[in-house]
Amino acid sequence: MKARHKRFGFVVLGLVILAASATLVLKALEGNLSYFFSPTEVTAGEAPADHVFRLGGMVQEGSVQRAKGDLTVNFVVTDHNKTIKVAYSGILPDLFEEGQGVIAQGRLGSDGTFVAEEVLAKHDENYMPPEVAAAMKAGEQARMQGALTEQKL
Amino acid sequence: MIPEIGQITLALALALALVQGILPMFGAQRGISSWIALARPLAWLQTAALALAFALLTYSFLIHDFSVAYVAHNSNTQLPTQYLVSAVWGAHEGSLLLWALILSAWGAAVAHFSRSVPDVVVARVLAVLGLVSVGFLLFMILTSNPFDRLVPSPVEGRDLNPLLQDPGLVIHPPMLYMGYVGFAIPFAFAVAAMLGGQLDAAWARWSRPWTHAAWIFLTIGIALGSWWAYYELGWGGWWFWDPVENASFLPWLVGTALMHSLAVTEKRGAFKAWTVLLAIFAFSLSLLGTFLVRSGVLTSVHAFASDPGRGVFILMFLFAVVGSSLLLYAVRANEIKSSVRFELMSRETFLLLNNAILLVSTVAVLLGTLYPLIADALQLGKISVGRPYFDTVFMILTLPLVALVGVGSIARWKRDSGERLWRRLRLPAAVAVVLALAHSLLLVPFFNPLTLLGMTLAFWVVASTLAGLRDRMRPHNNLRHIPRGFWGMTLGHLGLAVFVIGVSMTETYSIEKDIRLAPGETYALGDYSFEFKGVDTVQGPNYTAFEGTVVARQGDQEIAQLSPQKRTYLVQKMPMTEAAIDAGLFRDLYVALGEDLGDGAWSLRVYHKPFVRWIWLGTLIMSLGGLIAATDRRYRVLARRVAPPSGATGSVRG
Repeated sequence: MKARHKRFGFVVLGLVILAASATLVLKALEGNLSYFFSPTEVTAGEAPADHVFRLGGMVQEGSVQRAKGDLTVNFVVTDHNKTIKVAYSGILPDLFEEGQGVIAQGRLGSDGTFVAEEVLAKHDENYMPPEVAAAMKAGEQARMQGALTEQKL
Repeated sequence: MIPEIGQITLALALALALVQGILPMFGAQRGISSWIALARPLAWLQTAALALAFALLTYSFLIHDFSVAYVAHNSNTQLPTQYLVSAVWGAHEGSLLLWALILSAWGAAVAHFSRSVPDVVVARVLAVLGLVSVGFLLFMILTSNPFDRLVPSPVEGRDLNPLLQDPGLVIHPPMLYMGYVGFAIPFAFAVAAMLGGQLDAAWARWSRPWTHAAWIFLTIGIALGSWWAYYELGWGGWWFWDPVENASFLPWLVGTALMHSLAVTEKRGAFKAWTVLLAIFAFSLSLLGTFLVRSGVLTSVHAFASDPGRGVFILMFLFAVVGSSLLLYAVRANEIKSSVRFELMSRETFLLLNNAILLVSTVAVLLGTLYPLIADALQLGKISVGRPYFDTVFMILTLPLVALVGVGSIARWKRDSGERLWRRLRLPAAVAVVLALAHSLLLVPFFNPLTLLGMTLAFWVVASTLAGLRDRMRPHNNLRHIPRGFWGMTLGHLGLAVFVIGVSMTETYSIEKDIRLAPGETYALGDYSFEFKGVDTVQGPNYTAFEGTVVARQGDQEIAQLSPQKRTYLVQKMPMTEAAIDAGLFRDLYVALGEDLGDGAWSLRVYHKPFVRWIWLGTLIMSLGGLIAATDRRYRVLARRVAPPSGATGSVRG
């Protein structure tokens, strides 16, 4: 084989591998992205109705209810402005607790209940996922603003 | 007093590292032999200083000196002694100290074992390591000093994170760091070679055993982390594509590519420029891993105790290291072209494919890991990349790699023919297909095409590797003439096959059920049944726990009594699941306590995980292969042959 042909062979091989893997990677990435939304944003209808997303905030105090007989559990996620009901079937993580930060991944049901496939809780006493921290801050601000507007009225 | 001595020791280590980074480097460039000769003693002195600092911090933990902020935050008088010691590297500051100590120790090891390498090269290598060390020590002293005092000092410490109070976590970080930091050595050799303008087979030969060594530690470190996550996080998974796991996996992928390309550079003198670039990448990704873990920019199970302010420093350091080494590469790249030719059908081509696939996989994992960061920075929203992305992409990209293992290890250097390869490999291929089909149709509960593919590839790797071994036995027909390097490769590839079998079987045939059980109830899972006897309270040294009792039976025969625990650590009030596992070579029975559902009933995870041990067994065999390859005779033979008379400084070229 001539050197020219050989080099051409390498280049073609390289390009084919590169093109195939780039397509694969981008396709897979597109299908597996999930966005984060706070209860306020979900209430405003910003979350996708037909795609998986992540909902984050605090587990509202006194909202955790377990079903009798199976592993279904219901709780409410709040950002101190709006709340979203969450339904989950399975074992909650060790650090799941009322009044603590939580992230749930799943879809929004037709009745407005968020059906979680996966529930993540923080992994440290002092640590809150940055998304949740930001959502709580935004929720707090929205609530303050709402209160101010009411006062003016 | 002790912490102040620690402070001084750290400052001393920084000064030594600075001198080590500058004088030998200038000496090597200008040919000043007395400055070159400083490199080795300085490497030892720096190691001694950091070892002393580490010992002092350990001492502060052992005597419960809570006036030291780091001790107060990560220890407690009730903490068992072995965890007092491991708490030294249980959090950020101490991890960095361990990191710096390991870096300097690698340097001392180079100083000790590289007597055969010309002094001027060693001087450059140690100088590069010294500069890296300066960066780390500055970072530690300026942003994360482990000896900082806490005023007023508390009476009791805040305790070590309960997740870390586990034997697996005692050795996981040191192993991982040995691997991470170990890639500084091939990096330093690459930079030294570019500075000296001498990139030849000898350079590859010097650098190879160190690359193997770093790779072995990284492999073991990652495997330990995976094993720990499996039994300690209580989910029964062995890999989560968590950003921090990825951070350790990225340098592993590039390190594996580097090992293979170094082989080509040493044996054939080809791929020189590429190998240098890989050495730079491997270490850069190690630094990137540090940045990801220590800056807290990613949401991760590991992202406790993180501080964004520190991230800026590491990011700057990362840019400095990568930028300067790539700049050097750009200046020197045209001088290090390889002029060796090889045919399209040759071992070189297969190793090139190996490198291409490993690099593309690295980019894919890197993209998935960094995408959320990039999107956040560009205000595109808070995004996370799901596990299926990594699973799908990584599997599709690496299956061809496994298939190529068999061909590449049998193909000849420089030129081979497709016809010869076909004759050599048709038998292994047939054996693999027949065995995998028999396995998939006769031995497993149900047929799964992906498992069939995985098993075919695994058997193919085994069969072709054995065929390669038989080739190598000729003409003498015995095993003694086979060099260790070849044994290393053989074991490495067999380990890969074992790993692939483990993954194929576990991922398809695991049964995982989350169920509610009241005392006395029995749950049937495949051939096994699990009887829940209820939950008692037990008392540990620094925790209280609910302990369940579950009797596992196969048919009527009792095979294990499992005691999963749900612990609450007294100081941090943090609940922890301790899974109970009946481990076996062919299957694990895994039981973890969920939550108290009232009336004595609990939710439980009950898993049957066939062949899960093979995943870690495979990685162990791989690292054993690495160890055998690293101790190949030719590295030592070279050491004797090239060893200059003592006292000689070697000729210096500017």
